[in-house]
Amino acid sequence: MHPIIAALKHHKTTVFLVALEIALTCAIVTNALFLIGDRLAAMHMMTGVADNELVWAQASGLDLGRDSAANGSAAAKAAADLAALRGIPGVESGVMSNSLPLAGSGWRMDVWTRPGDKHSALDNVFEFVGTPGMVKTLGIKLSEGRDFLPQEYEDYNPFSGQPPPGSVIVTRALAAQLWPGEDPLGKPIYLDSSGNHVAHVVGVAQHLLDPRVSTAHGVERGLILPVETVDGGLYVLRVRPDARASVKRAIPRVLTGVDPARTITAHIYSRTIAQYFHGDRAMIWLLLVVIGCLLAVTALGVVGLSSFWVQQRTRQIGIRRALGATRTDIMRYFLAENFLIVSLGVVAGLAGAVGLNLWLMDHYELHRMPLAWLPAGAVILWLLGQLAVLAPALRASHVPPVVATRSV
Amino acid sequence: MMFGYYLDLAWRSLKRTPILTGLMVLAIGLGIGASMTMLTVLHVMTADPIPGKSAKLFYPQLDPQPMQHYTKGENPPDELTWIDAINLLHAHKGVHQAAMSGGIVTVIPPQGMTHAFNLDARYTAADFFTMFNVPFVSGTGWASSDDDERARVAVITRKLADKLYGTAQAVGKNLRLGKYDFRVVGVIGQWHPVPHFYDLTMGNYAKPEQVYLPLQTAMGLDFWTTGAVQCWGHFPSGNPTKANDCAWMQFWVQLDTPAQVRAYRQFLVNYSESQKQLGRFQRPPNTRLHNVVQWLSYNHVVPGSVQLEGLLALGFLLVCLVNTVALLLVKFLRRGGDLAVRRAMGASKRSVFAQLLVEAALTGLGGGVVGLLLATFGLWVVRQQTAAYAGLARLDGAMLGATFVLAVCATLLAALFPAWRACRLMPARLLKTQ
Repeated sequence: MHPIIAALKHHKTTVFLVALEIALTCAIVTNALFLIGDRLAAMHMMTGVADNELVWAQASGLDLGRDSAANGSAAAKAAADLAALRGIPGVESGVMSNSLPLAGSGWRMDVWTRPGDKHSALDNVFEFVGTPGMVKTLGIKLSEGRDFLPQEYEDYNPFSGQPPPGSVIVTRALAAQLWPGEDPLGKPIYLDSSGNHVAHVVGVAQHLLDPRVSTAHGVERGLILPVETVDGGLYVLRVRPDARASVKRAIPRVLTGVDPARTITAHIYSRTIAQYFHGDRAMIWLLLVVIGCLLAVTALGVVGLSSFWVQQRTRQIGIRRALGATRTDIMRYFLAENFLIVSLGVVAGLAGAVGLNLWLMDHYELHRMPLAWLPAGAVILWLLGQLAVLAPALRASHVPPVVATRSV
Repeated sequence: MMFGYYLDLAWRSLKRTPILTGLMVLAIGLGIGASMTMLTVLHVMTADPIPGKSAKLFYPQLDPQPMQHYTKGENPPDELTWIDAINLLHAHKGVHQAAMSGGIVTVIPPQGMTHAFNLDARYTAADFFTMFNVPFVSGTGWASSDDDERARVAVITRKLADKLYGTAQAVGKNLRLGKYDFRVVGVIGQWHPVPHFYDLTMGNYAKPEQVYLPLQTAMGLDFWTTGAVQCWGHFPSGNPTKANDCAWMQFWVQLDTPAQVRAYRQFLVNYSESQKQLGRFQRPPNTRLHNVVQWLSYNHVVPGSVQLEGLLALGFLLVCLVNTVALLLVKFLRRGGDLAVRRAMGASKRSVFAQLLVEAALTGLGGGVVGLLLATFGLWVVRQQTAAYAGLARLDGAMLGATFVLAVCATLLAALFPAWRACRLMPARLLKTQ
């Protein structure tokens, strides 16, 4: 190794510049790879519902100035709507719900395990409310306990100040947060600090993703309450997978057939999930493009410098060849030299990567990067360096020994 | 004169090493293209929504919450209660002021009920239009007296006027909203503040509303309101909008001088104290008064991911610059022979330095052209996204100029060190080794 280091000492500036470029690239690429991994993990979270068998719709009323009494109660209207929707060919069942996993908006609230005790409060818990059959229709799997009984569905709306229904299903993750290590079945949950509004856990859902995923609060922080109707809620239909498109098309016609004074939007649920992650997908592509460009630019820099050095040292290479060095020796020399410089950059780069990650954590909603990501960045840059130096090194190995006897 | 000569030399030099030149132009272009794409997006998203007035428009905050859970220094709610908004409006302490809320109305067009549709509306006060410099195509806003008299008057956009009446001259026409008839008093033209600063609860980059109604009229008729509602204590049954413990209204006030701003701050404190004496407020005065720019940053309007992308692009540009420094160094040192001859023939260090910088600037210009093409493509890609701000991402004249300035300056900066190194070479030694 010694002669390589001795030679490099004559090119301190250039070595420094290349190592700096490698270090910056390494720091950025490692963090970018980590971001990609993080987002991919988020995109593959299980919703906990039957992704490929749901179609949902929302109706927003038009105020046409007709006598509202003639329209009947909201509950009766919703029942008529659901009956009509269940009649569409391909629909297996239909319910109303206030939200769906990854639908974007939901109802967030505080819950208490001990009334009045601030320390037992958990904030940003998502409240799902659903009409009879919600658990089955959405395809929510229960890991413990049971589904709601028909008599447990009550007339409830959190915005009216009514007490909630007496039964609740919580997600496994929420149960673990509220009662770590304990059996959640039968435990009370208080929906207000005074302790008047209580519901008892009858079942635990294996998975049920929040309407909106936030890294700050965990991703399955939901509970389900059984209600008779959801004012202004979503119609959620369980549909044969092949009938989803035709059901979606039929919904506006069917609903306006029941009551024309409204506008209807219908969605295939798997599309809703895809749209929720649209920004993440775009970000992943952007990161991939930037990583690609960064690596390309860095490789160009290495090629440029190595070529220059090979050209500059043509005579020395000739002398070494004349003194008995083989082509492989010359190749090995340039590869080793490159490995040394890249290693310098990688060491600095990995420190930079950790620093950058810490700084980003301070300023943005990012996780700490597991150290396992660091070798990935290092290996990529080592490979890149060796590949980039390959062509110049080959050219160097083809310098004939006779060059030693000529002046350039 | 010398500049022309340097330009000629630079051109010859670039032509002699087309591959190295190409690599440098490409590297600079990539860096500039990526940075300009992201900087343009940031530029659009952080644009001043109301230039010339953003420092004079203020958003007051009050704290009517109960003492329970109170911690000192905590921020008050983002919006005002109905009572506070109306009190501030009637206090008339600013040059202009308007309380407001978003809403939804059902428009029943002259063609008949079967063509009815829902539209976003804004319920506000007369000053809204003068305060926000809203341009009128015909007519004007309503008068302050209309606010108090609950007049059934409306201001609509030109787009809606065209749709309903086939003309922008819609003043005096009848606008039917649900069960009620309104008289159109004004039609406004192109007005699209970005971000939607006056009501961020509708979405930071929401589109402006198409129907404007006097607040008191709309509330008197029980029209639907939209946007965030924050309630404390118990949810009131029925309509939460006039409840004492629900905040859901935005309020803007125009204050032209620092003295007026100071006076208004004091007014907010005095108001809080008087409300506390009345028993409506419990907490000690906890008020804020942000101007437009402060209000946007208080609400973190620019998404973190966009800032992150901007940083990423700048990091990329940095790498491209280091790369350019290295490549230029190689290039200039390789040309040691030429430079030595020039020096030996009597060119000063300074003129060699200048010559090298001209060459670098030319490379930078090339990089700027490549960068511009890449940024145009990059912005096109951004516009295909669904995010609300995506459609606004376009290069304007300023950003176009900035692209070239950035490219040339960055390259010149990168060339300083290599050029300095190249001038320091000893001509005699270089000539001897030849």
